[in-house]
Amino acid sequence: MNVGAEPGKVTRVVILAVVGLVFALPILAMVEFTFRAGLSGDHTLDHWTGLFTEDAARTYRGLFQAIGNSFVLAAVTVGIVVVILLPTMILVHLQFPRLRRVLEFICIIPITVPAIVLVVGLAPVYAIVVKVLGGATWTLAFAYGITVLPYAYRAIQSNLDAVDLRTLSEAARTLSAGWLRVLWFVLLPNLRRGVLAAAFISVAVVLGEFTIASILNRRNLQTALLQVSQSDPWVATIFALLALLLAFVLLLSIGRLGRDRKNQ
Amino acid sequence: MTGATVELVGVTKSYGAHQALAGIDLTIAPGEFIALLGPSGCGKTTALRALSGLERIDTGRIVIDGQDVVDVPTNRRDIGMVFQSYSLFPHMTVTENVEFGLRMRRVEKSERRVRALESLEMVGLDKHAERFAHQLSGGQQQRVALARALVTRPRVLLLDEPLSALDAKVRVSLRDQIRRIQTDLGITTLFVTHDQEEALAVADRVAVMREGRIEQIGTPEQLYVTPSTPFVADFVGLSNRLPGELVDGQVSVAGSVLDQLGERIPDGPVTALVRPEDVAFASAGVPATVVASSFLGSLRRTQVRLADGNLLAVQHDVSDRYETGASVFVKLKGSAVSVSPR
Repeated sequence: MNVGAEPGKVTRVVILAVVGLVFALPILAMVEFTFRAGLSGDHTLDHWTGLFTEDAARTYRGLFQAIGNSFVLAAVTVGIVVVILLPTMILVHLQFPRLRRVLEFICIIPITVPAIVLVVGLAPVYAIVVKVLGGATWTLAFAYGITVLPYAYRAIQSNLDAVDLRTLSEAARTLSAGWLRVLWFVLLPNLRRGVLAAAFISVAVVLGEFTIASILNRRNLQTALLQVSQSDPWVATIFALLALLLAFVLLLSIGRLGRDRKNQ
Repeated sequence: MTGATVELVGVTKSYGAHQALAGIDLTIAPGEFIALLGPSGCGKTTALRALSGLERIDTGRIVIDGQDVVDVPTNRRDIGMVFQSYSLFPHMTVTENVEFGLRMRRVEKSERRVRALESLEMVGLDKHAERFAHQLSGGQQQRVALARALVTRPRVLLLDEPLSALDAKVRVSLRDQIRRIQTDLGITTLFVTHDQEEALAVADRVAVMREGRIEQIGTPEQLYVTPSTPFVADFVGLSNRLPGELVDGQVSVAGSVLDQLGERIPDGPVTALVRPEDVAFASAGVPATVVASSFLGSLRRTQVRLADGNLLAVQHDVSDRYETGASVFVKLKGSAVSVSPR
């Protein structure tokens, strides 16, 4: 008997099956629900085909608009991660390693603060944001930039830990590269995997966000789904499924796109 | 292109309370190969990094070819550097790695390629041009790093313990290769190492460092034969430590009277540092008992215990064999020795 080693094959399969079942059941139930015909128990394709009829675009205009909003939010949030978090982390890693614990602590805070509490704090801030930048939906990305911090930080940090960026950047500098070119030619290519992972996880988080958008009265995918579900639960479920599918695709692409050229 | 003159004048550097460099003065002639040798923490790597610009200095001057470079950033100092840890860019092929310095200097693509291949040929790796770093052995990676550092024909080559991660055989062959290429190119070179054998084998001159200062600088022979301090005598080569009595520049030790090396110190009890090759077996002399003997290929080193309990290593011909426990006589050959107060 192997003590302390990884579990045996049977144990692994059982664990995977149980966990998989917990995740799969609600999703399968949702799929099944989208084919239900009212309360009679019969099944029908009407709810799916209904989406492709001519007046669907008009009926669900709000929903499509909300999806658009969510994509804009996701893009701006990723922008915040890449433009603010990433350079900060590289700078701390290479120049101020003593600040690493502080930065880590700051980035982990959002996960310990419930969204509802965050919103209470953010509401007065947004009163000012609206005054300065207007009430457009994309401004919500400032809040999302905070909520995705823990995930984005982890993704980038694990990449930073895996590569000896200090030596690589020093080597590049001795080879006549200034800081900008060190960043572009050496650091970013070696942080590709971490940055992509951070970006996709951020997108997944933003597409699933409800609380902040709802309380600050903005329309995004999740608030729109809730609204639609009150009049047409099937369509809401279909869109929820599609959003889930999109998130899956995004997460799977992390592995694909993140693969380095040298490993292909 | 010939190498540059490099001067470090009164260079100091502290990290908080720890003084890493306590005033370094060093002049390297064009094309000269200098090794900085010392135990870990003696400041040798800091000195090299100060010269590269990767570390800022507190006071002093660093002059390359007459130009004070203290305020010149690393990327404008025109240096080549090989690091202790593998430093090849993992996302680039071997050729792309070697081309990097030329690319940063905006050399045209076709010329880059030609020069990179030339440089790879020099280290014997042109056949591996399209590989990635992780497909190479440690020794090959360091050779690519050397080719990369040299492709721009820098004024100064800096080597920061480039061999320490390699196994013994590769270390010796790469060491010799570095020396050969350095001589061919005539490039001024500063080589940091904690391995005295390595330093003595390749360098024109060796600077032994201790606690942020250069303790002694000289040719390998000078350091070995006439160490100016007990620290150098102890660090360079192997030494027996024997109790002795110093009187007026003469040391009485193990039945012999020897000249003292280095600066005069007050008379009194001292520890003398005697090289194993300065001791011989004899038919009469100091009685001793054989403790152990080790075969070192071309020679043999036998450890004996003197009557006063001190252990003494004796280097001798490989054909002479002494059994453990045998009673023998040893004699000092009479070479001058370093001493430190006891």
